[in-house]
Amino acid sequence: MTNHWVDIRNANLILSMGGNSAEAHPVGFRWVTEAIEHNNAELITIDPRYTRTGAVAQDKAFIRTGTDITFLGGLISYLIETNQIQREYVVNYTDASLLVREDFGFEDGLFTGYDPERRAYTDKSSWMYQVGDDGYALRDTSLTNPRCVYQMMRAHYSRYTPELVSSVSGVPVGDIQRIWRKIAATSVPDRTMTILYALGWTQHSIGSQIIRTAAMVQLLLGNMGMPGGGVNALRGHSNIQGLTDLGLLSQLLPGYMSLANASEQDYRPYIDKRAKQPLLPDEVSYWKNYEKFHVSLMKAWFGDAASEANNWCYNWLPKLERPLYDVLDTFERMSKGEINGYFCQGFNPLASFPNRAKVTAALSKLKYLVIMDPLNTETREFWHNVGEYNDVDSSQIQTEVISLPTCCFAEDDGSIVNSARWLQWHWVAAPPPGEARPDTQIMADLFLRVRRLYEQEGGVFPDPIVNLTWDYKQPAKPSAEELAKEYNGRALVDLTDDQGNVTRRAGEQLASFSELTADGRTEAGCWIFTGCYSEEGNLMARRDNSDPYGIGQSLGWAWAWPANRRILYNRASADTEGNPWGANKALVWWSSEQGRWIGADIPDFPAQSPPSAGLGPFIMQPTGGGNFFGGQSMVDGPFPEHYEPFESPVGQNLLHPNNPLARNNPAARIFAGDREALGSWEEFPHAATTYRLTEHFHFWTKHAKLNAIVQPEQFVEIGTALADEIGVSKGDRVRVSSRRGSIYAVAVVTRRLRPLRIGDRDVHHVGIPLHWGFTGVAKKGYLVNALTPFVGDANTQTPEYKSFIVKVEKA
Amino acid sequence: MTVNVTRRQFFKLGAAGAATSSMAMMGFAPESAEASVRRFKLTHTKETRNNCTYCSVGCGVLIYSLGSGGENAHQEVMHIEGDPDHPVSRGSLCPKGSGLLDFVRSDGRLEYPQVREPGSSEWTRVTWDDALNRIARYIKDDRDANFVQRNAQGQTVNHWTTTGFLAASGSSNEAGYITHKVVRNLGMVAFDNQARV
Repeated sequence: MTNHWVDIRNANLILSMGGNSAEAHPVGFRWVTEAIEHNNAELITIDPRYTRTGAVAQDKAFIRTGTDITFLGGLISYLIETNQIQREYVVNYTDASLLVREDFGFEDGLFTGYDPERRAYTDKSSWMYQVGDDGYALRDTSLTNPRCVYQMMRAHYSRYTPELVSSVSGVPVGDIQRIWRKIAATSVPDRTMTILYALGWTQHSIGSQIIRTAAMVQLLLGNMGMPGGGVNALRGHSNIQGLTDLGLLSQLLPGYMSLANASEQDYRPYIDKRAKQPLLPDEVSYWKNYEKFHVSLMKAWFGDAASEANNWCYNWLPKLERPLYDVLDTFERMSKGEINGYFCQGFNPLASFPNRAKVTAALSKLKYLVIMDPLNTETREFWHNVGEYNDVDSSQIQTEVISLPTCCFAEDDGSIVNSARWLQWHWVAAPPPGEARPDTQIMADLFLRVRRLYEQEGGVFPDPIVNLTWDYKQPAKPSAEELAKEYNGRALVDLTDDQGNVTRRAGEQLASFSELTADGRTEAGCWIFTGCYSEEGNLMARRDNSDPYGIGQSLGWAWAWPANRRILYNRASADTEGNPWGANKALVWWSSEQGRWIGADIPDFPAQSPPSAGLGPFIMQPTGGGNFFGGQSMVDGPFPEHYEPFESPVGQNLLHPNNPLARNNPAARIFAGDREALGSWEEFPHAATTYRLTEHFHFWTKHAKLNAIVQPEQFVEIGTALADEIGVSKGDRVRVSSRRGSIYAVAVVTRRLRPLRIGDRDVHHVGIPLHWGFTGVAKKGYLVNALTPFVGDANTQTPEYKSFIVKVEKA
Repeated sequence: MTVNVTRRQFFKLGAAGAATSSMAMMGFAPESAEASVRRFKLTHTKETRNNCTYCSVGCGVLIYSLGSGGENAHQEVMHIEGDPDHPVSRGSLCPKGSGLLDFVRSDGRLEYPQVREPGSSEWTRVTWDDALNRIARYIKDDRDANFVQRNAQGQTVNHWTTTGFLAASGSSNEAGYITHKVVRNLGMVAFDNQARV
């Protein structure tokens, strides 16, 4: 979330799209109802289904799954053409005025630089601003130059007329225009819209670009950095934010740093590429400090072994030979027998990954599989014959499975990061059952055993293993506090200011990432967390819930990254003079008396830089502004474009009906076998989407009696029109099949799903809740990922669970 | 409307499970207190601050457990409810959070290290030493056999692609940090968490 849960109450309009927070985040949703009750706010939902969120919305529209970019792209065009934008914000706080290179273009669904053979944009050199001799981007603040981002964006979305949007998305033109009008009303400075989304936006082959489109809308309306504004990802797990922040993804290091590619053989170019320099004069461009964060991480991991002489152990980190070693890539390789060992720490891939048949076959090719989990997961039992629910022959599966029981949340200390970036500390309440152990202890003990083998036997490239810092009081049982202090970071020698005064004694915990240095004098395992465990103590454990400004900013509760800041980009909540855009939207502002930024939040800005200096509020960006033009940051284009899901219930992309290359996301990766396993809409005519129910959490709560009682049996939701068409009554069992597999479930026949008119036919949606499996105390059910396609978002490889095609029939 | 109930009646009502917190919201509240051991089931419990382990709202919870923490004391979580001080959740829990106790005490909890041998259709209990030594040996053997120091182009890559690791977004930052520290420095790149799905 750019903002936070309580801040939703400050919104004037709430757009819930790509998510169903009343169902999936019910207690967070109370702040939506708070805004409706006490801030006279309106809630609008746009979803394929009539959801629990929609049930309390003042306005709603129903949209075909996977077509959100058409609705939002059309909205961009509407805002521009009707001049309902926050112009002062757009001119001063975004890249709208920057000029794009003359050789950049877009033709029939493809941006410049596409290689159809490799299904990738292999030449992104034109995806850039025009740069002058001084190295800075050229701009036209009148926004009239046809090459300025604003005019380029305007031209790009001019194709997204209400009629076109309606014909692709199935939303009637009247609904589109009514909702666009309401959203446009937040372009005035003192009204804000917040956007709430979840996996209904991420789980598409165009997922990242849907979210970009939403951010562009918010920039045009001046809603970023504002109380009651922002683009808010409502994340799905209790610490999925923390694990992302800590970089537990194939290509990342902690704090959104990234591993080197194989082509980056030398340290200095690796740093220079990531240490982004300002693209406009004097801008902050905070990533220019990348080396300070990187060296501090290397010191945390390798201590004295990391020195300037060996480039801070640059070559000890693995380098990448492909852009991502994501889970789809890994299971593709596993299915070919290229993976020998696999670890599942609190993760249930048999249930969670697409095309279950492929996942079973892949796991069966492993030599060994290690399960670390508090619960008996389906993956742990993947070799176990459970009749129709897991129809395998154990004797033919040669994978050795080693199962290690772990603690659950009630049985260990530590912090988790909620969706609002709050690091909240928790304490152990009781010991775990039997011999279960905390994950921290298991990882430490396992590491020490591996290291001992390397010390005793030698082996291949032992350097990073035998030199890894391990200064824990009990080496096999590091405490949560020790680990938290390590990722916070400390001074390794006395730190001094320009005058030579000591600002931080050697050994002291750091209070801010601004203290980090690139010369080995500091260490920090995750720079964005620096400040959470300072000399003041463990700030994540704070419990002061006071709200001095009365706008829901409890800065004394826990600790938020970065720097305990609760609303990102909050400098943009003030105008170019430093005054709040509206009295009811005051968040941070310039105090000429104090000569610094003050207010209800930690300013996301150099605290003493006056408005007259004119720095942009988006300090992580080289331009200082929010970017409409994505530059080279995305693999599939600088402006979001609609492409059909890889399995679509309509035959063509109406935006590019004559270019088969632009039917689906042209830059999305799909393996040959998985393309062959895609179905056609003639055979599988129903649009399918998977989702959660409020009574369950993934595949965990079917192990909890209460949840198994309130929602005991697997079902799918179909509309009354579809039920009539296929002769199904409520309570009948139905078979749902895709090209990859099938499941059986009870049919809930409901008016909450209604057909959408697309072209010359009605498209029916099928709703598939995902919570059942073959372990636990609920009734056994079928893993719904038997149905889903093995293809992901072009940028993140998040599987396309929200848009695929099936056939529903009476069982 | 406020319905007066004794704390004992309140907990009997609460035995209905998911209904507990919503009834509190509806105005059912325990009368303040006549002390008695039976009535105050929570009197001799330890109260621990925690957060719900499910979605990302991060609702505050209070966990009540028996036992002092002493070596010979029997400790067990016996009640979980919302933390009224929490600025987001303010004491509320949803139907998932209301069932947390049944997750902690689920029959599906794993208690001992176990191994399923190749081709077998059953689990065998092993010791932690057996399990961890076996895994450490597999790690070292596979890493030594398949670690790539230089690729076909002669570039230094120092990576290990034949073993992969999925980390848990239900675990703490501290578990995540030490997992990253260990996994990455073994040279692994096929490393992800639920953020990818």
